[in-house]
Amino acid sequence: MGFLDLSHLEKSFGTTRVVKDFNLSVEQGEFVSFLGPSGCGKTTVLRMVAGFETPSSGSIRIDGQEVTGLRPNQRNIGMVFQAYALFPNLTVAGNVGFGLRVAGHPKAEIAARVEEMLSLIGLPELGERYPFQLSGGQQQRVALARALAPRPRVLLLDEPLSALDAKIRVSLREEIKQIQRKLGITTIFVTHDQEEALSISDRIVVMHQGIADQTGTPFEIYNTPTTRFVAQFVGTLNTLDAKVLDAATGQIQIGEVPVALNRALPGANGAISLALRPEVVALGRREGHGVVLEGRISEVHFLGSVIRIRVDVAGHIVSLDTFNRPDAPPPAVGSTAEISVSARDLLVLAD
Amino acid sequence: MTRRLVSWIILVLGATYFILPLFGMFNFSLKMKRGVLSFEAYRVVLNDPQFQQTFGYSVILALLTIVLGVLIVVPTAYWVRLRLPGVRPYVEFITLLPLVIPPIVIVFGYIRLYNTSSILPLTGSWMGTNILILFGYAALALPYMYRAVDTGLRTIDVATLTEAAQSLGAGWTRILATVILPNVLVSVLSGAFLTFAIVIGEYVYAALLNLNTFGPYMVWMGGNRAYEPSALAVIAFGITWACMGLINLFTRFSKHTKAQK
Repeated sequence: MGFLDLSHLEKSFGTTRVVKDFNLSVEQGEFVSFLGPSGCGKTTVLRMVAGFETPSSGSIRIDGQEVTGLRPNQRNIGMVFQAYALFPNLTVAGNVGFGLRVAGHPKAEIAARVEEMLSLIGLPELGERYPFQLSGGQQQRVALARALAPRPRVLLLDEPLSALDAKIRVSLREEIKQIQRKLGITTIFVTHDQEEALSISDRIVVMHQGIADQTGTPFEIYNTPTTRFVAQFVGTLNTLDAKVLDAATGQIQIGEVPVALNRALPGANGAISLALRPEVVALGRREGHGVVLEGRISEVHFLGSVIRIRVDVAGHIVSLDTFNRPDAPPPAVGSTAEISVSARDLLVLAD
Repeated sequence: MTRRLVSWIILVLGATYFILPLFGMFNFSLKMKRGVLSFEAYRVVLNDPQFQQTFGYSVILALLTIVLGVLIVVPTAYWVRLRLPGVRPYVEFITLLPLVIPPIVIVFGYIRLYNTSSILPLTGSWMGTNILILFGYAALALPYMYRAVDTGLRTIDVATLTEAAQSLGAGWTRILATVILPNVLVSVLSGAFLTFAIVIGEYVYAALLNLNTFGPYMVWMGGNRAYEPSALAVIAFGITWACMGLINLFTRFSKHTKAQK
């Protein structure tokens, strides 16, 4: 039993099941992200927690209290929307104090809390401004302060950074994480941006077609994806086809090159798919990289500190990242190259 | 060059067509005293206790109509936008009906439905008749009110603002009063001023329900006096124009809506 428990949540719109048997237990103070492509059901789950959608079946409990049947305004939940949704007729202070006024707190207390929240988000001077006088990043911070002011039990963030430009997105996400940690508030964050999810979360739920494919820490999700979808959606992934020579000892063959994985491949026979992250592949031979493959450079992207190179290995494109070194210019497109990888970094995809 | 000249001529002709009768009426209204131009007719009209009484009555009716109209239209337009977008064309059609059904038909219908031998004998008492005309006027104002409010609602993200307010603990009444209404206030006001102008000059309902509002008074004046009706018409005109001016003024000076432009 966690602080926020979602058990067997289902949601159908007409005949389409958008959320299928969703189970999750979130600890108090935990930061959990729902990650997935659009239409995967992540926002629907969030909206069910908020009370804007009624689950077709299943239950939602917050701190042991059953809230499935409660209206949104009875749940004591803070929510931040992608489109900010600040009340245009109220000042920043009016917006932040809205929830407390609804709850009927005395004026002096509201004023003090508003001041506290505004300094928490780093905009103590802007209380008298109207939303239209603020930048997008400032508006979203005000929206965060407004959601937090009534001390909600759970904070829900519905793609709060998607409408902002890249630089502010990064700084605001760090700020959100800081504030969340400082207040220790249980938070669910919905995003389709894997970098966002990986950098900010304690745990990530990767969703796909209404199902939670995998739940785990960012480290687990990235390094040991359990399904092909998770592996491909989170981070860049190279896939290679291989032939199994001996499943018991892990002998396989990539193209013409025999490779010893040194681990058993239960249930695998014939062809399997291997996956590898760009950062585990090295250009040229390297110590500890037992697997060496021949290929031809097909693309070179100079990204500044990192150079992303695509190599054509027996018909498969393998992306790899190397750090920029001023004394070593990137290889020419079309030249032949060797790439090497350690056998233990080759992931075997389950399906 | 000639095209410009033609445009100017057309403009002048058009303006003359509108302004000349007004000027003639205004000029006539100043001629109550033989040989001199004076505001004598206005003095007489404004000092007439019947004028004060009927005009005051109409103003009160107009204000009550506006309140009733806002109470009916704002929640309806809001709910239609939020939950029933499919029925919007039908609601819009219904609100347009008062424009295509002559007031005389509506008021005859009222009298048939609510006469003293009906289940709800509203015409039987003074209070009942007032309530009846109030609802009648609210119906008359529907086309202007609904369109204005609906247009106002289009400029804000109704669904998300509602959800934001709900997640902060607000119920429907509070959402309507503190989130929706303030944000469509400019639209509500422009609808309200139109309503005011319509109710002030309305004749048919009042005459057939036998209420002494400003409309019947103007008609009575027109049949019995020479100069005063012109003065009255100019006054009524001034009120209408003042309403139009106020619409513009409010649109310009509303603080938080500037950003959307």
